[in-house]
Amino acid sequence: MVSDKDVEHIAQLADIGITKDDLREFTVQFNAILDYFDILDGVTGEEQGEDSLCNVLREDDGTPSLPQEDVLGNAGSTEDGFIRAPRVM
Amino acid sequence: MKTIIGLEIHCQLTTATKLFCGCSTDYQNDPPNTHVCPVCLGLPGTMPSINRRAVEYALRVAKALHLEVPEVSEFARKNYFYPDLPKGYQITQYDKPLAVNGYFEIEDDGGAERKIRLTRIHLEEDPGRLVHKGGGDRPKYSLVDYNRSGIPLIEIVTEPDLRSPKEARRFINRLRTILEYLGVFDGEREGGLRIDANISIEGSDRVEIKNISSYKGVEKALTFEITRQKNLIRRGLKVVRETRHFQEARGITTSSRGKEEEHDYRYFPEPDLSPLMVHGWLEGIDLPELPTARRDRFMRDYGISLNHARTLTGAIRLADFYERVARELEPVFAATWVADTLLGEVNYRGMDISEVRPEPFIDLIRMVAEGAVTDRSAVDVLRIMLDQCMEGRICEAPSEIITRLNLGKTVGDDYAEIIREVISANPQAVEDLGSGRKEALNFLVGQVMKATRGRADPLELGRLIMDLLKEEGV
Repeated sequence: MVSDKDVEHIAQLADIGITKDDLREFTVQFNAILDYFDILDGVTGEEQGEDSLCNVLREDDGTPSLPQEDVLGNAGSTEDGFIRAPRVM
Repeated sequence: MKTIIGLEIHCQLTTATKLFCGCSTDYQNDPPNTHVCPVCLGLPGTMPSINRRAVEYALRVAKALHLEVPEVSEFARKNYFYPDLPKGYQITQYDKPLAVNGYFEIEDDGGAERKIRLTRIHLEEDPGRLVHKGGGDRPKYSLVDYNRSGIPLIEIVTEPDLRSPKEARRFINRLRTILEYLGVFDGEREGGLRIDANISIEGSDRVEIKNISSYKGVEKALTFEITRQKNLIRRGLKVVRETRHFQEARGITTSSRGKEEEHDYRYFPEPDLSPLMVHGWLEGIDLPELPTARRDRFMRDYGISLNHARTLTGAIRLADFYERVARELEPVFAATWVADTLLGEVNYRGMDISEVRPEPFIDLIRMVAEGAVTDRSAVDVLRIMLDQCMEGRICEAPSEIITRLNLGKTVGDDYAEIIREVISANPQAVEDLGSGRKEALNFLVGQVMKATRGRADPLELGRLIMDLLKEEGV
């Protein structure tokens, strides 16, 4: 069971501000989602065979990168081709 | 008080493209944010795909360092908020790394070979690069460049088997050499190797030092930290378990207190990537000749000393350079010139051997071998050549420098006059020589060498001085 306290902690880690009402709602939703996993845990999927899903690799071949202006397009603030971020240290 | 050190070494692999997308890794001289795409920016709807060569390179390292490769390994997401990660998580490996349980031999402080156990090697993506602006310990803001974001890294983790900062540095140096021999790493690339160190004094808590980005930095950071911890213990205080940052410029470590430390990374298996089952690949990986094997071959094939062989195989470019020279000239003679003279001059200038062209060097040393120039003049010529090369000036051929400065070895007759002057100016030395004191001859030779700026062959000069003294009946 996920508690209100767990959700508060996760919100903090995710850097998201939430209200008291959100908290109650999210806690209910978190628990509902985790219940789905209980159902999934009951499935025996042996016949699928894991090997076929391994080693999906690409060759070391280049593809074009984006133009700098596109890269910076979504940034709130830029400087000399860099993305400007608030103080982090 | 016993010191206990463990290292985590992050090393950029020299693939052509990033770990999970096709962006080029050759970004060193390019403007910021020009080697990025929707995948390495973590834009919604994009999917990473694993670079086969990065896996092969990592396995090459695993094989060379005697690690086991488990049946299955897996990528994981490490979640944290920091602007160096556009996605909010780093793709790395957690509980199922690519390789585990290896070892690596280094010389301990007493010169004996000792095994350092390796815990694991895993693959991960490099984060972006941050430039902190606004000066000092409290920057105002940070600039972010994602060109580096997604470059393949291997993280090599050691057991706490290292016992001194010197040992740690030797470990890093030898590791770097092996990685270069394996062809998976470029030691000249700035920031290509970054180190975190765990260090404790036996019986006390351990401290993690982050942000060490140079070979010399390892020894400096660890030495500082040991002194700090020992001082605390001596004053009866406790060493606090914490993460500290190494301030390269000031040579100190500082505490990075606060939220940053209470990490809760919420690792979970990366759902966008399939697991790796590459245990079977190991057999097919051919390792190139490694430093120790090459050292032994140099001694066997070229007849050079252990010391020379060890020095010359200490970096792959140096070893290649030597072999090029040894093909053209007598190998023992070549070893002396490369390992003792050239390497000293190169290191003194902070250059790398790759900046020296072998051909002019071979021409110069051949002239020494043929007796056209003295050892001492050749060193002068070499210095001029290196200075020109370093300053990016047009490099003169050694023969041109010799002619320009009139450094060619001269025949004895030209010196008769100088020798006579030296003899008449130093009657005491002449007398000493007459009474059988051999070092007086060395003194006289030295005086003549000085007057001729080293152009004369000292052996020949010695003979000439003795002949002249005999002639004059001294």
